[in-house]
Amino acid sequence: MRWSLIAGIAGLVVGTGVAMAETTEVTLPERHWSFDGFFGTFERPDLKRGFEVYHGVCSACHSLKLLHYRDLTGIGYTPDEIKAIAAEQKFTDGPNDQGEMYERSGRPSDPFKAPFPNEQAARAANNGALPPDLTLIVEARKGGANHVFGVLTGYQEPPADVQLKEGQFYNQNFPGHIIAMPPPLSDGAVTYTDGTQATVPQMASDISTFLAWAAEPNLEARKRMGVKTVLFLIVFTGLLYAVKRKIWLGVKH
Amino acid sequence: MSTPVFKNRLVRWIDYRLPVFTFMNHELNEYPTPRNLSYWWNFGSLAGIMLVTMIVTGVVLAMHYTPHVDYAFQSVERIMRDVNYGWLIRYLHMNGASMFFIVTYIHIFRGLYYGSYKSPRELLWMLGVIILILMMATAFMGYVLPWGQMSFWGATVITNLFSAIPFVGEKIVTWLWGGFSVDNPTLNRFYSLHYLLPFLIVGVVVLHLVALHRFGSNNPLGIDTKGPQDTLPFHPYYTAKDMFGLGVFLIIYALIVFFAPNLFGEPDNYIPANPLATPPHIVPEWYFLPFYAILRAVPNKLGGVVLMFSSILVLFVLPWLDRSPVRSGRFRPMFRIFFWLLVLDAVVLGVVGANPPEGNWILFGRMATIWYFVHFLIVLPLLSRLERPRPLPISISQSVLASGGGFAPQPVRTMDKA
Repeated sequence: MRWSLIAGIAGLVVGTGVAMAETTEVTLPERHWSFDGFFGTFERPDLKRGFEVYHGVCSACHSLKLLHYRDLTGIGYTPDEIKAIAAEQKFTDGPNDQGEMYERSGRPSDPFKAPFPNEQAARAANNGALPPDLTLIVEARKGGANHVFGVLTGYQEPPADVQLKEGQFYNQNFPGHIIAMPPPLSDGAVTYTDGTQATVPQMASDISTFLAWAAEPNLEARKRMGVKTVLFLIVFTGLLYAVKRKIWLGVKH
Repeated sequence: MSTPVFKNRLVRWIDYRLPVFTFMNHELNEYPTPRNLSYWWNFGSLAGIMLVTMIVTGVVLAMHYTPHVDYAFQSVERIMRDVNYGWLIRYLHMNGASMFFIVTYIHIFRGLYYGSYKSPRELLWMLGVIILILMMATAFMGYVLPWGQMSFWGATVITNLFSAIPFVGEKIVTWLWGGFSVDNPTLNRFYSLHYLLPFLIVGVVVLHLVALHRFGSNNPLGIDTKGPQDTLPFHPYYTAKDMFGLGVFLIIYALIVFFAPNLFGEPDNYIPANPLATPPHIVPEWYFLPFYAILRAVPNKLGGVVLMFSSILVLFVLPWLDRSPVRSGRFRPMFRIFFWLLVLDAVVLGVVGANPPEGNWILFGRMATIWYFVHFLIVLPLLSRLERPRPLPISISQSVLASGGGFAPQPVRTMDKA
């Protein structure tokens, strides 16, 4: 009786899974990421290349507001390199002793400079569409890094029954398929400092890895601590079980 | 139960004037507990431990959080990125809410199966229902604090339920919001109440424990303990058993916190709240889904709200709906079938609540909602009359000994209740 009920519940859950898959609009390509799984870590070269893609391509329209230049130590840049990267940007600071605002070059403690001063400016420059901030994009979309990779590699000619308006593009991996972002990547769009061939899938993969790191810079620390914690708890729980058995030995219950 | 003699002189000095040590010895050490409790009896203490965990992590989070619509989202991300081990504290708190509900729901269903709500434990049960309601209010307001899209729209949907109240509904909603939409005053009061309610829960938990210790735990046989041969001192027997259960629980909790911290969350809540953009599907946290399904099962707003609140309130009168003198489902062959049907029904309601109210989901939702109330209002009262329970064992010790050896206590022959 009980088992048949449990089987019934399981069948129901599986059934809804299928039903939900039908209503989902896109099936994202499933890729294996180095940061998946219990022991997942970010590959430092991937992260650096990903930052180069952001720096060279995405940053023209997309902000990365929650990151600071100082955070780049996490992907392997040295403090001097970071100072140089930050110094490329001009920031308005102040007021100074005369009560005036002034321009200064960026410092490692500054947040990443946004490409547009406000939402209206961003929309005005992008045909009315707002390029979303990318810091949390991997956590804020179903599919995470697969979503980012899928959208970047999913541009296609629209099917015959889809009419695109000015400034619209067809993307097989974007929910709803119609996207306002022009295909951002083309072969050779960035020149990697490590000499890797900058193909579209390579760049898409690297930027997805970089954005996964940007969304959760503490992912590696979390998994490392997790492995230790769970191993400890398994041993400790084993001991607790032994204690419990010893205490209850000879007691009928 | 004699007054213990403490070896330590300071302890003796204090205990003479303030008998806290006598109290602790009485309630936590020698406290007589039925000897036959199964692992289903672990979940009460687990819920208590989760309450403490939530308060401790919550107090730390509050040191770094900013309750303002312009800063709340960033301050949470600041905790995740820049506060030392902030990510750990926040993931413990965020997933702790789900774990708290999991153990509480198991605790409640255990009570339902073994008839723990029956005389003389009606008030114990009702205090538990009050704890559940307070937990739900606290969890709902906590989910609003990160001020993501689901925070904002969840708050909008749920507070709007009160507008269904005739005549004064709209005024009440404005009063709840502190304005004409969910905005900064709403966030501020939710933060204040989210900090306050857990301490009210602690208060009700104390009453829950006082009521529990009046007659002691129910047990898998559902019969009263009749003397020392039926019980074991709480320490070391149940402290050891609870600790082992805690270990298993912590492994699961740690696996989620460290390897799937966003398992229970919605991706949309990592998008800052935007009053101008409604997410395609507004779904509450998983632990509210069955109630959300009941709310949406009724085409009339007021009807849905009334039914949703009734689905919890009906639990208050449960001790008087199920009049069967036999507590444990073990001896109630028909009740047992309906119990598992109720579990299935709750799962169906949860699945329905997670899906958009379209097509067959509406039908499933309505059928499951009707069954939920039929179970409590019709099936349980009827079963108390129609069902023939199996014979009860004479005592816990006799039942335990029947299954083989052990140290033999004297069986006490008294007529059992049923």
